Amino acid sequence: MSQVFNQANMLFLLNGMKLTLIIALISIVLSIFFGTILAILRNFSNGILGKVATVYIEVFRNTPLLLWILSIRFLVPIPPMYSGIVSFTLFTSAVMAEILRGGMNSVSDGQYEAAYSQGFSKFQTLKYIILPQSFRSCIPTFLSQSVTVIKDTSFLWVVGIEEFTGKGMIIMGSFKSSYQVFLLFGALAATYFIINFTISCSVRTIKTVY
Amino acid sequence: MNGPFARFKWEAVFRDYNVFFEGFLTTFEVAVLGLALALILGVIFGVISTSKVKVFKIISRIYVEIIQNTPLVIQVFFLFNGLPYIKIILPVFAIGVLGVGVYHGAYIAEVVRAGIISTPKGQFEAAKSQGFSHIQTMRYIILPQTIKIIIPPLTNQLVNLIKNTSVLAMIAGGDLMYMADSWSSSNMYYGPAYVVTGILYFILCYPLARFARKLELRQKMGKVTDTSASIEGLSVATEGGL
Repeated sequence: MSQVFNQANMLFLLNGMKLTLIIALISIVLSIFFGTILAILRNFSNGILGKVATVYIEVFRNTPLLLWILSIRFLVPIPPMYSGIVSFTLFTSAVMAEILRGGMNSVSDGQYEAAYSQGFSKFQTLKYIILPQSFRSCIPTFLSQSVTVIKDTSFLWVVGIEEFTGKGMIIMGSFKSSYQVFLLFGALAATYFIINFTISCSVRTIKTVY
Repeated sequence: MNGPFARFKWEAVFRDYNVFFEGFLTTFEVAVLGLALALILGVIFGVISTSKVKVFKIISRIYVEIIQNTPLVIQVFFLFNGLPYIKIILPVFAIGVLGVGVYHGAYIAEVVRAGIISTPKGQFEAAKSQGFSHIQTMRYIILPQTIKIIIPPLTNQLVNLIKNTSVLAMIAGGDLMYMADSWSSSNMYYGPAYVVTGILYFILCYPLARFARKLELRQKMGKVTDTSASIEGLSVATEGGL
């Protein structure tokens, strides 16, 4: 046991977790930002921009994340960590857009009519009336999507980005006994579980508050 | 012309189309068998999570929470790298089926549970008064009704399942993503290889996604009666599975 959880290994893993959380957090924030733009375009633009948003969302929602991780890594010459963030942002923006669209569609038509009747422009209606309500109702789903993002960062090990799973696998390479290997797998899973379960529970709490 | 999408690279992809086809077939097979496993697990755990027996509820809860809150990659690595230490060596194909099956089984269990919960109480009482056992009630009364409302979220799960079979690429599983990746890393023709791979995944997933959305819309329009409450309940079940 002391061989598995010695100080060097713990620090090594901790660095991996730091990277996991940094990539996840930046990607989630950027995805909500770009997702909002995509959702608005898809819902309110009848022109070419609306079409582009629709195609973007459909393409990214119907292809695997791993494809984007690999494509960005091998086709775009940027450092590994950035390529990770870019691929996650590209992919998750489409998901966030669909979540937000769900929220916007559940705002009743009366709200739009009321806003227009008060002389609000389309943009003002969105900014002051529709988006605040939609965001509020989407917070739980955004959070559960964050759980998915945190879990999925483990895919980044495929391109050698040493996030938490990657660090774990590197350490595992030095182990010989089944006891050590199982202990390490347990520790990796438990760490992900604690982080994600906390978020999942807060999602449930928020839902009951709403 | 020697860009990432140069003409001769495209030609190479189409010359070796059988590599991609083989991967596509493996992905398809893993997805179908994985779905079967996920449905079996999902229905079993979904049903027992609504039973009156506390132990069943707890078991189902533990399964769902552990699987949903840990990465699929870790689960698959455990099957691939961990189990051989106790002399269990599974073929990668089986790991793929088991991996996505167990993973999505946990999500489907939540979908099924939400579907059952959304069925009006009177149905259970009526069945009970007619002398149906719990299992009979589920089998003949409740599940046939829930099928209609859970088909859209189930289809969304299937799309995610298909996408997640790509996890096999991380353990040399011979699926579409792996074949494309290993083919292109041998000759560096990444561009066209990934485009073709993307199109193949899209062909599998897009019709399903369309189908799910169509049904969802139809339900929202109220053509299927009594669903407003159930859709509300199901939003819980799609958690993280979007």
